[in-house]
Amino acid sequence: MALSEAQSRTELSALLDSAAAGERLSREDALRLFREADLLDLGRAADMRRADMHPEGQVTFILDRNINYTNVCNVYCKFCAFYRRPGHEETYVLTREELGQKIQETLDVGGSQILMQGGVHPDLKIDWYEEMLSWIKENYEIHIHAFSPVEIRRIAEFSDLSVKETLIRLRDAGLDSVPGGGAEILSDPVRKKIAPLKDSSDEWLEVMEIAHEIGMRTTATMMFGHVEEDTDIVEHLDRLRELQDRTGGFTAFIPWTFQPENTHLKTNKATSVEYLRVLALSRLYLDNFENLQLSYVTMGAKIGQVAMRFGANDFGSLMLEENVVSQAGAKFLMPREEIERLIRDAGFMPALRNQRYDVLEVLEA
Amino acid sequence: MSLDSIRQKIEAGQRLSTDDALTLYRSEDLFALAELADAVNVEKNGNKVYFNINRHINPTNVCVYAKSCQFCSFAASMKDDHGYTMSDEQILEAAAGMEAEGAREIHIVGGIHPRLKYDWYRGIISMLHEAHPEVHLKAWTAVEIDHFTRLTGWSTEEVLADMHKAGVGSLPGGGAEIFQEEVREKLCGHKSWTDRWFEVHSAAHKQGMRSNATMLYGHIESLEDRVDHMDRLRTLQDETGGFQAFIPLAYHPENNPLPVDTFTTGMDDLRTLAVARLFLDNFRHVKTYWIMVTEKLSQLGLRFGANDIDGTVVRERITHDAGGTTPEHIRQEELVRLIQKAGRVPVERNTVYEEIKVWH
Repeated sequence: MALSEAQSRTELSALLDSAAAGERLSREDALRLFREADLLDLGRAADMRRADMHPEGQVTFILDRNINYTNVCNVYCKFCAFYRRPGHEETYVLTREELGQKIQETLDVGGSQILMQGGVHPDLKIDWYEEMLSWIKENYEIHIHAFSPVEIRRIAEFSDLSVKETLIRLRDAGLDSVPGGGAEILSDPVRKKIAPLKDSSDEWLEVMEIAHEIGMRTTATMMFGHVEEDTDIVEHLDRLRELQDRTGGFTAFIPWTFQPENTHLKTNKATSVEYLRVLALSRLYLDNFENLQLSYVTMGAKIGQVAMRFGANDFGSLMLEENVVSQAGAKFLMPREEIERLIRDAGFMPALRNQRYDVLEVLEA
Repeated sequence: MSLDSIRQKIEAGQRLSTDDALTLYRSEDLFALAELADAVNVEKNGNKVYFNINRHINPTNVCVYAKSCQFCSFAASMKDDHGYTMSDEQILEAAAGMEAEGAREIHIVGGIHPRLKYDWYRGIISMLHEAHPEVHLKAWTAVEIDHFTRLTGWSTEEVLADMHKAGVGSLPGGGAEIFQEEVREKLCGHKSWTDRWFEVHSAAHKQGMRSNATMLYGHIESLEDRVDHMDRLRTLQDETGGFQAFIPLAYHPENNPLPVDTFTTGMDDLRTLAVARLFLDNFRHVKTYWIMVTEKLSQLGLRFGANDIDGTVVRERITHDAGGTTPEHIRQEELVRLIQKAGRVPVERNTVYEEIKVWH
């Protein structure tokens, strides 16, 4: 007993050492680390890996704004507290005036990007999106990071176009990059339980692959802490790593925890320890992802800060407006000085970035 | 001193110097700090993490120090609209039904009211003790005890003995703030001096009463002041052994006049727990007070030397008046789950750390 325990510890420690040194982890080894490695050991290995990939010691963030152009949605995901059914009295579609005002406010505070997502509104077709994008580009100088794969696929369907045609037309109208939302867990049995009407894992990945092929960069997310198993998390990471090997089009990975308030999915919230384990494992497994973003919106400022020692090198966004998660119970939106203070206090240099993760300004103390 | 030589000292069971504590505080290697603190904690307490179920009663927020205690958002002056003093009925109501909820302790602290007499304070204790004979009353900070000596003209020992007779079981650790005299002067000019805090706790310990010790951090104090604070506690603990737990309290910036407008960071909270665990070698328990640092941070704190996560608290006012955004109470199942997910064994305890229930 004692001997095998000691042996197991030695094996885990060897695995962690090789992962920290940048050796690729197999799925089996990842699962084993996820299940058996100590939290502090996982964190230390991820921290070392992060230091190797980002030796400059910077932690980046972006000034941007989340804009939800509509809350009408017919995908009815059980984990979502934001959507309203078509015809519901609380539905909205932003007018040009409202949209323009939000963009101007973003630019006024030095923002460089808008993150724009719906709702999947069944009445809106490609022309509506093209007009919106080109209107924005004609009037404002701002990066448009918009439409998760499920929206792109539905726009294609509603407009009788292929995904590729849709993406090309959106790109040509002004879409700069695609956010990684809606990935949830890329394991179909889990998706069937939490989002039965949403695209399959293959469909989500296909949209991303096509976007990468036509030269667009995208992010990737994972929402965990609901009905998934350990194996589903590893599966998710593996599918992303595999696609990234082929395209190299992902800029960053962003895992966050499911927020159960006001949703139809009744589970316990993932705890901070579980979050940090997933974050650290992601840094070790996704050896071809340069950037790992922490989620202070779901974890709070304190754990958000500690996450920089568990593999994350990006603080995410200042977020001028954030509708989707806050309806489900998270409400941490942070002033810029506070993000900078937390990054410095954690021993890093804060740096402002754009959506391509180019550093725009290193913020010396 | 390097981290390695500190590690050797710890492994050899040698006491750390104040310089060692500062080196630990300033170390960039967060994981080394965690591993050292975790190992020492596990050596003392195994895998067990304690919590208790209690209620908080703050009988009045009217306080003669309302203007002078710069960090406090709870206190009010006589004239302030938000000043309150609870009636006997309200106090009894605040404790009603607690046994049925499994609560075993009432934590009682409040303001230094300019008009109320000693009998009022004593009456709260005897009334609650009579109504809830099985419940442990953890009551009055050293500042309040000091005030009672002036109200009565009795010695500290006499006040403590009388309160004990009325039903006080132990003293909470509040009013410690920061002991370093110059900082304390700026922080709370008119409050009992550091020496009085120690006289009260020392007297309580010598009468066989246990107490806790706190430290308010994250305002105008330096790291040196924090280590000095812990050093003074370690010295008294050597002498009496009467302290049960050390409880670092994170400063909250809202609704008070202190010109510090930031909350403590997660890193600072964790470092403070770890340094306390390693430096306070004669304290068995280090508590992470989730009401102040959030339950998320407290869970991680269990791997940075803390072996107590406080309890399920009903009606917390002092932190929430200062901008605390944590829930005012947490369900027991949730607390148990947090502890288990951190890989530890939850143990419900009473005030004096006797085990009530272990979740094996």
